[in-house]
Amino acid sequence: MNTRRKLFIAACLLPGLLLFSLFKVYPTIQIFHKSLYLWTGLGDKPKFVGLGNFKDMFRDDTFLLALRNTGFLMLIIPVLTLLIALINASILTKSKLKERSFYRTVFFFPSILSFVVIAILWSFIYHPTMGFLNSGLEAVGLGDWALPWLGDQRTVLWALAVTLIWQAAGYYMVMYMAGIDAISPELYEAAELDGATKLQQFRRITVPMLWEIIRVTIIFSINGVLSISFIIVSIMTAGGPDRHSEVVMTYLYGQAFTNSNFGYAMAIGVFIFIVSMLLALLSNKLTERGTE
Amino acid sequence: MTAIKTGIGRTLLRLFLLAQAAAVVYPLLWNILASIKTNTEIMDNPWRLPSGFEWSNYVHAFATARIGDYMLNSVAVVLLSMALLLAAAVPSAYVLGRMRFRGRSFFTNFYMAGLFIGGVYIIVPLFILMNDLRMLDNRFWLSAVYATGSLPFSIFLLTGFMKSIPHDYEEAAMIDGCGYFGTLVRVIIPMARPGIITLIVFGFFDFWNEYVLAMTFLTSDAKKTIPVGLSNLMQIQQYATDWGSLFAGLVIVLAPTIAVYALLQRKLTDGMMLGGVKG
Repeated sequence: MNTRRKLFIAACLLPGLLLFSLFKVYPTIQIFHKSLYLWTGLGDKPKFVGLGNFKDMFRDDTFLLALRNTGFLMLIIPVLTLLIALINASILTKSKLKERSFYRTVFFFPSILSFVVIAILWSFIYHPTMGFLNSGLEAVGLGDWALPWLGDQRTVLWALAVTLIWQAAGYYMVMYMAGIDAISPELYEAAELDGATKLQQFRRITVPMLWEIIRVTIIFSINGVLSISFIIVSIMTAGGPDRHSEVVMTYLYGQAFTNSNFGYAMAIGVFIFIVSMLLALLSNKLTERGTE
Repeated sequence: MTAIKTGIGRTLLRLFLLAQAAAVVYPLLWNILASIKTNTEIMDNPWRLPSGFEWSNYVHAFATARIGDYMLNSVAVVLLSMALLLAAAVPSAYVLGRMRFRGRSFFTNFYMAGLFIGGVYIIVPLFILMNDLRMLDNRFWLSAVYATGSLPFSIFLLTGFMKSIPHDYEEAAMIDGCGYFGTLVRVIIPMARPGIITLIVFGFFDFWNEYVLAMTFLTSDAKKTIPVGLSNLMQIQQYATDWGSLFAGLVIVLAPTIAVYALLQRKLTDGMMLGGVKG
């Protein structure tokens, strides 16, 4: 009986462990190991260079520019996305509108669309002649504001940020709505009786009670920007104009698959991995609630 | 007085929400309208309504742009990935969630660590590995990579589910002479159905929409999935300027997503609560 039990456990675990070890664990070990090598091409023999790749990174102007662009997106997008999500969630849960579920359905929708479809669609929205944004501005008399949004280095990152916020705000809103629904209504009733305004209720009840969910969503959103920016940038701008929308993931990909700089690309991967871990820890630390 | 004030407040709130809803819906509507315009109409004023129904855009999308082929590839990859994911995740979650044995917490933590390692970080070593093992340009192995990517979260979600099933059911099944395997198939899987369905719903959207891995690991045009095919199409159309069929292609990809969303909307948003959160 006991051996049968052991066999059963092993048989159940085996398929998952095989897949996981081959396609997740092994590549993860590889990326740390091979980041210490100079390796330029599949037929090439990797040469040990220690931390050389990491030193090169900080002398590589394009990488530093990509890092700055990524940092900008990782700051702007989570803040605006989560703020919009929080405001919409509390409006929809607290104002008791009849159309509540209609808005919930509509706002959530972009988050299930393919990023490729979103990227293609938005590059046409921003298109200088075919897009409806510029011609809409002209139609209401703001023709001077019409810009080649993706072709101008001052606007390109903002234009990408708007696309990413459009995609994700509804997703986090649904998450916050569930959180708000779980807050005891008596808290709000008591505040109402004490004469607290809706805004005060939002600041004193909703935000503190949701704080744990908000902390998790900050980390999710930061990580989301890292991976989604890759798709959005490679389809909408290819890093242009003149590398001003290059992000670290597109740079890593280009180094690996255009330049065959495998060792260097893996070093960039290790660097991003460590930085995103540190960011998660930092945001956890910063948002920790003191004993009130 | 206060009644008037709340009345105005409500109207403002409604306007605020309606403006946002328009910002979500209009781009999609614009896309659908553009897909039935002629090329000259598309190049003209973007706000103008189409004058007729330009069916040929859809014909082109299927005939010259091979959207239909890409779609079949996507369907195959989604089904394969789903089968592999369920075959790996359900038994693992059952054992990790309900049986006591040495190494259980090690394996659980092992999978949890996988939650932190996204696909793009390891794409380079993964590509080299698959090249060495001759797994590139193969829809089956792409599906295996997809299933692996979803494995940590799926095990996390299902383990929680498995733990909530009362132990009496299993004991009763054992006494009735069901073996371990029989208990899993006949008792546990039916009881864990809500969790499994959540997993399938999330899996559908993840696998159907995945782009980066498919673009890297599939090289021959005949095997490409929908997202890769579309992005190729966009690049081609910049020179061919057959915008209509690109917009038609986008609509063809959107349609199944909209249909699944309409059917499963509640399940999806409820599933998010159930799994806690997902990135």
